[in-house]
Amino acid sequence: MIPELGHFAQIIGLAMAIALTLIPAWGAWRGNRAAMQLGPGLASGMTVLVLLSFVCLSISFVQDDFSVALVANNSNTLLPMVYKLCAVFGNHEGSMLLWSLILCLWTLAVAVFSPSLPLIFQVRVLSVMGSVAVGFLSFSLFTSNPFARLLPGIPAEGSDLNPLLQDPGMIIHPPLLYIGYAGFSVAFAFAIAALLGGRLDAAWARWSRPWTNVAWAFLSLGIMLGSWWAYYELGWGGWWFWDPVENASFMPWLAGTALIHSLAVTEKRGLFKSWTVLLAIFAFSLSLLGTFLVRSGVITSVHAFANDPERGVFILVFLAIVVGGSLTLYALRAPAVASRVGFSWISRESLLLLNNVVFLVATLTVLFGTLFPLLMDALGGGKYSVGPPYFNAVFVPLMALLVPFMGIGPLSRWKKDTTSRWRQELLLPLSAAVICAVTLPLVHGEYNLWVALAVLLAGWLVFGLARDLWNRINTASDFKRGVRRLPASYWGMVVAHLGFAACIVGVVATSQYSIERDLKMKPGETEELAGYEFRFVEVAPVRGPNFVADEARFEVVRAGEFVANLAPQKRRYLAGGSIMTEAAIAPGLFRDLYVAMGEPIGNDGSWAVRLHYKPMVRWMWLGAILMAVGGFCTVADKRYRSQRRSVTAGVKGAEYAG
Amino acid sequence: MMRILAMLLLLGSVAAQAVIETYEFSSPELEERYQQLSAELRCPTCQNQTIADSNSLISQDLRKLLYEQLEAGKSDDEILAYLVERYGEFVRYRPDYDGATRILWLAPVGLLLLGVLIVFFVMRGRRPEAAGEENVLDTAQQERLDELLKQAEQDK
Amino acid sequence: MPARLKLFLPLILFVVLAGFLMRGLQLDPTALPSALIDQPLPAFSLTVLGSEKAIAREGVIGEVALFNVWATWCVSCRVEHPYLNKLSEAGVPIYGINYKDDDAAAVQWLEKLGDPYVLSIADRDGDLGLDLGVYGAPETYLVDAQGVVRYRHAGVVDERVWTTILEPIYRELGGEGGPG
Repeated sequence: MIPELGHFAQIIGLAMAIALTLIPAWGAWRGNRAAMQLGPGLASGMTVLVLLSFVCLSISFVQDDFSVALVANNSNTLLPMVYKLCAVFGNHEGSMLLWSLILCLWTLAVAVFSPSLPLIFQVRVLSVMGSVAVGFLSFSLFTSNPFARLLPGIPAEGSDLNPLLQDPGMIIHPPLLYIGYAGFSVAFAFAIAALLGGRLDAAWARWSRPWTNVAWAFLSLGIMLGSWWAYYELGWGGWWFWDPVENASFMPWLAGTALIHSLAVTEKRGLFKSWTVLLAIFAFSLSLLGTFLVRSGVITSVHAFANDPERGVFILVFLAIVVGGSLTLYALRAPAVASRVGFSWISRESLLLLNNVVFLVATLTVLFGTLFPLLMDALGGGKYSVGPPYFNAVFVPLMALLVPFMGIGPLSRWKKDTTSRWRQELLLPLSAAVICAVTLPLVHGEYNLWVALAVLLAGWLVFGLARDLWNRINTASDFKRGVRRLPASYWGMVVAHLGFAACIVGVVATSQYSIERDLKMKPGETEELAGYEFRFVEVAPVRGPNFVADEARFEVVRAGEFVANLAPQKRRYLAGGSIMTEAAIAPGLFRDLYVAMGEPIGNDGSWAVRLHYKPMVRWMWLGAILMAVGGFCTVADKRYRSQRRSVTAGVKGAEYAG
Repeated sequence: MMRILAMLLLLGSVAAQAVIETYEFSSPELEERYQQLSAELRCPTCQNQTIADSNSLISQDLRKLLYEQLEAGKSDDEILAYLVERYGEFVRYRPDYDGATRILWLAPVGLLLLGVLIVFFVMRGRRPEAAGEENVLDTAQQERLDELLKQAEQDK
Repeated sequence: MPARLKLFLPLILFVVLAGFLMRGLQLDPTALPSALIDQPLPAFSLTVLGSEKAIAREGVIGEVALFNVWATWCVSCRVEHPYLNKLSEAGVPIYGINYKDDDAAAVQWLEKLGDPYVLSIADRDGDLGLDLGVYGAPETYLVDAQGVVRYRHAGVVDERVWTTILEPIYRELGGEGGPG
């Protein structure tokens, strides 16, 4: 009964989404206020129904209802409760339902948190989001029904959830990622609504900015969690593989990064209007493209979902309607004449423009690299692979190119600045960065030029920010007041940029200084790695809730002092029989020690063992978290809060009625 | 029957992780080159995995081959050429700079130049003396604003 | 109105991209053509399975034939074996390449399930397999009378594969026999 209820709720949810797409939009077109006012109600209705549907699916998993094909294929009675809930979206069908649900929640959020928006504008936003929801809900219903039953042959026991997904990281990684992806639909919907209204101006950018920042922050967290998960769960110590699935999440992030910077210029200076709109469309289109790539099977990936060309056709048609439609609208409605507001070469505007160029080039490069094998195949040019060596070789220089300008950005003035002022402001930060670059890599012992360069770039960012902070606080009468006077969005920028600096140091230090050794070890033996002595104490069988394992015990000692006990496992899952490696990690701010077990070798109790020494690997994820925190900070800004509270928007409303 | 094969391939890829080979190398440089090369070669049967990461039969063979060729004193280029001859360009995660892949390698530079050029022309089109016009509405805009304000009042 | 036309550029780029994606849906990204296509069958010097008789490239070329890579450890090989028997009975010459296998087990397998092969080359260490670019058993190569590899099929050969893929090429090359 419950699966049917869920299925039914999803169908009514789809009907609501269709109504949300059509009725308020019709109202906005004909000026029918009653029809427009239905918007928020329909958005809530749609959300409640899709939520109900998702809850029903979750209940089916919790109750081990193996008559539901999805439950039978992805869960079993032995699975711990928390992973049963994970299994709801650890598969294609369930994850599409989650995607739809999150999209609905964003729609509801727009309906609830922006009452001060002019009605006609809000209604257009809701309609656009409704139409996206129609696409996702019908995709789920027509090609990947999560509630399909296995009747009458109900299996007594289900098969297993892929053991790789049986992990705490996987509980929150997909939802965060989807919150990010779907969140860009808000920026997209605002852009389309602005185009429909025919007027792009600073007000539109101001409304759209907090939403975009939050979506971007969630996406950052989602990507970071994915990378962290790959690091400890896949057992080979890597954290980014440039797999198409990763690229699918990275491209919207890169485009989103360009977007949040371009939105800042549009809001503050009324510039780059049509460019910003295009970026908003681009960022969301890349989210959809990612969905297409992952689920259609056009590209091989380690963690792609079950491939089905029929689904591929559906998403492609959907993609063509949404992206094609919005780009057509853009071509017809975007202002063709550039605004006459001018700015000098030496100004914050041109630095932000440069940021946009670099991030766009980075996005397109990742896109091109990801699609290159497909393009060559389609043109009959043979089979090619484009992997990490290519992406690293082109991506790293691009980012290195960005940072020198990124350091100047916060200090520079809008409209017109002077190089002499830049020199004067930045001489001190530059010297500090150089000193750090010369000295800090020495701490590790062996001097490494790449690390020195990374420290130089990161130091340039950090000290530049410090200088700017000092300047701003110093103009106030006392320190406390100076700190409080700075708006939250400024603090957000500072934190996010610091996060970027941390990422640079983390990525470079860990790729340059990491040591990896694959060894044959037997209990009692000791191996030395980067000054740490790893003693293989013993191997013992252990039993988990749904697996059996051989667990090794390692004792790590450094200069006679105990450092850590590590217990990596080699697991065999009972339901599917799959073999899994569970790495053991001693984490630290400045270094991780990482042990993974391979296979037993010979008969003397020896094992293949992988030892890793990974300095500063956590800085990368810490950096990503800081970036996300920065993104969230901006929402607390007064000028967005007041927008939510006060209803002085009569003028704006009329403006958008055009 | 293809489905059986597909299922086998799939199972192979699920179990394929944390492959740890314990070859004894005659020198640390060879070991480093082995790690580097095995992370740049693609397993022909897997779903986008390097031969270092995959536990499939063919990856085991290729790792052994790589080890033997390295110990035999072959250069990286020779080993790559040997493998490309047998398995095609597909096995290289670092595409060669040759023919169509030139476009791939030059694309980022080209895009960057294009971007800078566009910015240059856009900026040149903007008269810097217009820099003072910020936030100033011309008369037509001002009229329209007044009109809209009035309209909004009436709407209430 | 050239300023307006410029704004159509993103749309045009998207349409091109969508065209490629549409085409991509009809392609199989996992299908990997052999690097040996239109190259001569590599030279080798091995023995015939079940005997000490030496066999080299010259001993197996001269007519259009199938070269089937098989092994007793390969599950799908058992699946395709009955159809290979059928093809062989219908007069299609098939050479076996017994890939990384145990000789005794392989001989026993052929005794039990029937031997569709003109002869099987015992490729114990997988040297020939490596030169062929074999990445998993079963694989079937179509070699013409001059000893040039014309096609490679990875996976099971069954009636559908034979009639839709292999047979047309086989006929074109002048191969004879075969069911139907």
